[in-house]
Amino acid sequence: MSELGIVYALLGAAVAVLLSGTGSAIGVGIAGQAAAGVVTEDPGKFAKVLIIQLLPGTQGLYGLLIGFITLSKIGVLGGGLADLSVSTGLLILAACLPIGVVGLLSAIAQGKTAAASIGIIAKKPDQFAKAMLFPAMVETYAILALLISFLSVTGIQV
Amino acid sequence: MSVLKMQRMTVCALKRDRKAILEKLQSLGVMEISGIPETEEGFDKMDTAQQRAGFEKAAALADQAIEILERYAPEKKSMFASLEGKLLVGTEKGRRVQEEKSELLKTVKKICSLDREYAERKSEIAKIENSIESLRPWLALGVPLRNTETKRTVMIPGTMPGGTAADDVYGVLSEQCPGTEGVDVEIISSEQSTVYLAVICMKEDAAAVEEALRSAGFARPSQTWERTPEAQKAYLEQQIAENRSRMADVEEMIRSFAARREEIKILADYYRVRADKYAVLGEIPQSERTFVLSGYVPACEAGQVESYLTEKYDCQVETEDLKEDEEAPVILKNNPFSASMESVVESYGLPSKGEIDPTSVMSFFYVFFFGMMLSDAAYGLIVAVVCGILVWKYPRMSPGMKKSLKLFLYCGISTVVWGILFGGYFGNIVDIVSEKFFGVTVTPPALWFVPLNEPMKLLLFSLLFGLIHLFTGLGIKGYLCIKDGKIMDFFCDVVLWFMLLVGLILLFLPSSLFASIAQMEILFPDWVNTLAAVLAAAGAVGIVLMSGRDKKNPALRLALGAYDLYNVTGWLSDVLSYSRLLALGLATGVIASVINQMASMLPNNVIGVILFIIIFIVGHAMNLAINLLGAYVHTNRLQFVEFFGKFYDGGGRPFHPFKENTKYAEVKEETLL
Repeated sequence: MSELGIVYALLGAAVAVLLSGTGSAIGVGIAGQAAAGVVTEDPGKFAKVLIIQLLPGTQGLYGLLIGFITLSKIGVLGGGLADLSVSTGLLILAACLPIGVVGLLSAIAQGKTAAASIGIIAKKPDQFAKAMLFPAMVETYAILALLISFLSVTGIQV
Repeated sequence: MSVLKMQRMTVCALKRDRKAILEKLQSLGVMEISGIPETEEGFDKMDTAQQRAGFEKAAALADQAIEILERYAPEKKSMFASLEGKLLVGTEKGRRVQEEKSELLKTVKKICSLDREYAERKSEIAKIENSIESLRPWLALGVPLRNTETKRTVMIPGTMPGGTAADDVYGVLSEQCPGTEGVDVEIISSEQSTVYLAVICMKEDAAAVEEALRSAGFARPSQTWERTPEAQKAYLEQQIAENRSRMADVEEMIRSFAARREEIKILADYYRVRADKYAVLGEIPQSERTFVLSGYVPACEAGQVESYLTEKYDCQVETEDLKEDEEAPVILKNNPFSASMESVVESYGLPSKGEIDPTSVMSFFYVFFFGMMLSDAAYGLIVAVVCGILVWKYPRMSPGMKKSLKLFLYCGISTVVWGILFGGYFGNIVDIVSEKFFGVTVTPPALWFVPLNEPMKLLLFSLLFGLIHLFTGLGIKGYLCIKDGKIMDFFCDVVLWFMLLVGLILLFLPSSLFASIAQMEILFPDWVNTLAAVLAAAGAVGIVLMSGRDKKNPALRLALGAYDLYNVTGWLSDVLSYSRLLALGLATGVIASVINQMASMLPNNVIGVILFIIIFIVGHAMNLAINLLGAYVHTNRLQFVEFFGKFYDGGGRPFHPFKENTKYAEVKEETLL
């Protein structure tokens, strides 16, 4: 038993939230710049571009999800820290990595795609469903990472 | 599940009836004018561009007048005004507007010119205010700036650079023109960068003095006035007041027209519709006495239209089925439930020739998957109730809007069902509230199981649902092949794949890998295992041999077959894609729990409870919004990419009937017969 186990585990939660949150912030930012440009030209498209701007925001939520589950698993929430060995702590850290790293990178990529899709809305507003689909394709990989992170965190015995 | 059958209708009638017939067709809105025969000997097309432009201009003018009225006398609108749909106008009223159209158009023009006058007056006031501004530094001067002189002396008003004092001016003058006498310099006012002054000198010295001053930076004022600055200012202010009162009058006059808003709206639409009619009129060939008209009509309406036209007018109507190679425009026709999903199919692409309408099959999966992704009974109830109320309360909203709201109504109901199955009500609000405020933890039981506790189970079910979805898609492809009589394609592209995939799945189920994932072992009797191996092998060999069947070269054929077999990985990724059903469902539930957790950390007093409610409302509203978006996007994706990818291309052309394309009002039409 070591003091460090819980530190690694908490680091895992932090990594999940930090990286994916950063990615989403960047992604939503990129898309937001394009959205603002469209709205200056045509304020009527506000709702549509806002929806597309939001799409890269989900990675941050997935990170939050993993972070929350980790916190409640190691007892940071609700008191009573679990007594973790170093290896368990590291396991949890490793489990958090997929959503952290994939969340970071996929959110940025999705932000760029969303910006391009906002370009579709600017020129062909009736093609909304198709425009929405391109960023959604990128998100698949964040979902897969979320799944593995989730299954790993819930699977690790504390 | 169907695409309406189209027929071609050709009408040949007397020229004197042409307007009546066109108007009737337009108000029925069932015919897409197209494929008009090439102009033949004796048939000419009428040039209607001019009339059309006239009507379009009138419509634009009326639009402008409505906009102006909206600016001066805004209509009271509720938050959901966009749902109210177009104004419904009785036939009687529509006719009256047509009768009064020239008088109404005058009103429209009057409104526009009044608005112009208002704008002119406004800019006039700005201009006057500017000149008052330039007058301000001179106010202390008691005489006019222009031509002020006595018998012997003259006044030269002007400006000098900032900081110039009277003594500086005297200095300049004595240096540059020493001979002058009796010069008086008076500083009227001074600003940071400019000093306003009046120099009085003898008439004969005026030129020399001014020259000298100029060298020191003197400039005459850009504007001068006959009156004294004080009087001029009063005069200008008087003018502003006059303009203001005129503006108020104009505003009042425009407002007085607000009562006619509805008629102007009808007028705008009337001209719009007429412009469309003349566009068609310019397209159709006409001889001296007759004209010809041709277009697509849905087969179910064709009979009625034909009998109506032949009864009422002297005309020849022919209705025929479309030629083999003709690509007809598409109208989807579905039962009320599936019809609400038509817009989803439309946004992907309407079925092209030979394809079936996938709406009804898709609608079931759509609602099913949507509910699974949102999977919170409370959220679903909110969505369903809101959409239900809106649909019920605004029966005249645009059809597209109505379909979308109904779509979400059904999806909301499905969400409620899934929420009850998974035990999600605002996440875990029941647990939190009961524990925090009543001290006992009450957990509403899940009817099926709680995904958070058994994620692997839900993952497997998600993949299973996905597999069913994909197999349905492949099955539809098979159906299409048989329908078109392509038995070979059916066997090679559908049956062989089914064999391969079913075989692979049967091989996978008893394996240790599956056992470790599902935490349960499945044991098949030996004959099933053998059958699975045979199926998979036969499927694989068949695909390798048959995929490249249109190639003569055997090596190329095998290579293509092997490549096609590689598509097995495509199937794998398609199935795994359905894991989003689990992931999004978890996201909704866990984030809702985070919100509840945050709210529950507050102390148990009055302020705590108020904050609890605020966090609860704001947090769940955001979570609902973002997950609603997520569920919508990803349900669409599953349909478009995974499902449609198996059998559906889209690429059909929507049906654009010749109809009354109005913007504001709909005139209630008497029915066909």
